[in-house]
Amino acid sequence: MATASARSSQPRFIRYGESALIIELDSLEAVHRAYAALTRAGVPGVVDLVPAARTLLVKMAPGEVDEAAVRHAVAAAPLGGAAKMTGELVEIPVVYDGQDLDDVAKLTGSSVDEVVSRHSEPEYLAAFCGFVPGFAYLTGLDERLHVPRLSSPRVRVPAGSVAIADHYTAVYPTSSPGGWRLIGRTSLQLFDVERGEPALLAPTTRVRFRPVRP
Amino acid sequence: MIEVISTGPLTLVEDLGRVGHAALGVPPSGAADRGSFRLANRLVGNRERAAGFEVTLGGFTARFDAPVTVAVTGAACDPRVDGVSVGMNGPVTVRRGATLRLHTPPRGLRSYVALRGGLDVRPVLGSRSTDVLSGLGPAPVAAGDKFLLADEAVHPVLVDLAPVPPVPRSSTLEVMPVLDGQRWFRDDDLHAMPAGDYVVGSDSNRVALRLGGRQIRSERRGEVPPSGLVPGAIQIPPNGQPVVFLADHPITGGYPVIGVLGTASQDTAAQLRPGDTLRLRFAS
Repeated sequence: MATASARSSQPRFIRYGESALIIELDSLEAVHRAYAALTRAGVPGVVDLVPAARTLLVKMAPGEVDEAAVRHAVAAAPLGGAAKMTGELVEIPVVYDGQDLDDVAKLTGSSVDEVVSRHSEPEYLAAFCGFVPGFAYLTGLDERLHVPRLSSPRVRVPAGSVAIADHYTAVYPTSSPGGWRLIGRTSLQLFDVERGEPALLAPTTRVRFRPVRP
Repeated sequence: MIEVISTGPLTLVEDLGRVGHAALGVPPSGAADRGSFRLANRLVGNRERAAGFEVTLGGFTARFDAPVTVAVTGAACDPRVDGVSVGMNGPVTVRRGATLRLHTPPRGLRSYVALRGGLDVRPVLGSRSTDVLSGLGPAPVAAGDKFLLADEAVHPVLVDLAPVPPVPRSSTLEVMPVLDGQRWFRDDDLHAMPAGDYVVGSDSNRVALRLGGRQIRSERRGEVPPSGLVPGAIQIPPNGQPVVFLADHPITGGYPVIGVLGTASQDTAAQLRPGDTLRLRFAS
């Protein structure tokens, strides 16, 4: 099989109902590049774009579906480029006293201090948002912290909870049900409709977590 | 000014939804049966995006302090002004001091009340819609709420009556297949889907219809990487029972999508009640 550097496979365009396309791409990088390209291109009729792990959803106004224009804009984008697509850096202060912190330490065979330092050391990248407004899936989690979700999700997770599951970490913007493991909390408002930019974390935002005392 | 006296099981303010913020995880929301909603606005001379009431299973009553032209569409709910039936799908002028009441529809689920000018409600992220999943937008309408009208009337009232067919007893929903999502499932299950009746579950709402019926079995473990969803997307979770997303769907989902309802079928889906049966017909 060809290595990723030798060849970037062509994006696949999949019809998704009467007014949408799903573009399947090779990597999160390629998703972000296609997302940037379509945002810049301003193709008439494109009303929303949803980047996700390996796909970009393109929603179009009914009757204004121009698949050729979308393909053209994506074809012109440097999907296999070397430089990372990144945005602003946001620092999130975290009190590391989450309900699942001890369990995570046990599951990963480490001390609580080690969990905290492994979580707060890297710079993360917001890959995409979903689940609830402002919930960004952050990539870059230390492999030693990869733990499965809870087998039974909580009915209610407090707003501002910092959590990990699989290979992602995230902050819950509002109180909601949740199946991720809670390791800390922040007082920052992740989503505020009154702000010009309502979401603190959007696709390509870079994130650091800073441990603080309660 | 309109004062709400009763709301029935659920009355919400809706318009055509939030557009342009999906990448932040903001669902589109808006009227679940968009066809009926847009018709109601056209009948009273509004822009199609003007805000109106989405009334679930009737029971909505409101008193009008000034004359207003209104129209009721969607599930037939015997709208009456001061006790006199005024009919569906046509503009009606409600006099000052009169009361409009929507009754429980015998079939269908959601009725729309458009008022000339549209409801004047503070927009959130460009829309006046209530999103029951994310909580964005106005709170559900409650008895005692008062509304003023906005300035979304853009043409005269031109039509007396729109011919709208009645809601059928059993529905066939047209599905545009997503072959990519279908590859995870057994061919014989997928081919059997159109022949089988599905039942709308009681846990259905504006987020999704939860269907009960023939299980669609996966060849592999259920999850796929999260991917964007659209209204009408039909997802198959691990229990094999289809989920049909509606207006308040979450932005991404982690289970395969095997098809997306056509636009007209999305409107039909928004009128299905728990216990209703339906079939899914896949376009070739």
